[in-house]
Amino acid sequence: MEHSVREEGAVLVAAFQGEVDLENSPKAREVLLECVGRGRKVLVDLSGVTYIDSSGVASLVEAFQRARKSGLEFGLVSVNSSALRVLELARLDKVFPIHATLADGL
Amino acid sequence: MGDRILQLRFRADAGKLKQVRRSVRESVRACGATEACADDVVMAVDEVCQNIIRHAYGGSGRGEIVLEIERSDDALVFRVTDFAPRVDPASVRPRDLDDVRPGGLGTHLIQQVMDSAEFIDPPPGCGNLFRMVKRIG
Repeated sequence: MEHSVREEGAVLVAAFQGEVDLENSPKAREVLLECVGRGRKVLVDLSGVTYIDSSGVASLVEAFQRARKSGLEFGLVSVNSSALRVLELARLDKVFPIHATLADGL
Repeated sequence: MGDRILQLRFRADAGKLKQVRRSVRESVRACGATEACADDVVMAVDEVCQNIIRHAYGGSGRGEIVLEIERSDDALVFRVTDFAPRVDPASVRPRDLDDVRPGGLGTHLIQQVMDSAEFIDPPPGCGNLFRMVKRIG
């Protein structure tokens, strides 16, 4: 798994690539919580994620809930079919704001 | 009993799972599973192994997992064995999805994508044996 965080105006965009699994989801969690801790809207770009397991999804849920508690927006963008299937099976596709493109989410 | 298409024995460590997923995908694709079916069984095996690593072995990175996959006429049969203390099957039931919170999704995902998934009696000398079936074409 690789990741990057960049600013798009007032929004933080955390982008992940590769496989988000039990080995590296603690790092994903750390990155996401750090973004939320900066007190800005966060968009998570999943376009490069080829696999995400339940531990990766748990990291997304935790960051989303922390953002909501702080009154911050938190959404997913460019979710590919593989990751979307996991979110659908977990019935989280209706919980997260999901945007087709980064431009839609900004 | 069907034809064995894969047998793996590996350390119960998160760092091993990427290779396990790759091996499972290659094996089931080679015996005719569709890409979508392969996606499902790879996820299910990964989630079972995670449960073993995190809960049965307590995340110690010690212990071993044995994965066997057999192909029968119309199904793939998966057996995942560990050597940890016996797990109470009631403790790994899927949780209520309406209660949105991190964690606890693995068992739900397994049950969603497999045709059956359950603990069965392990052979002597083993800790737990989880058996899953996925019907194919």
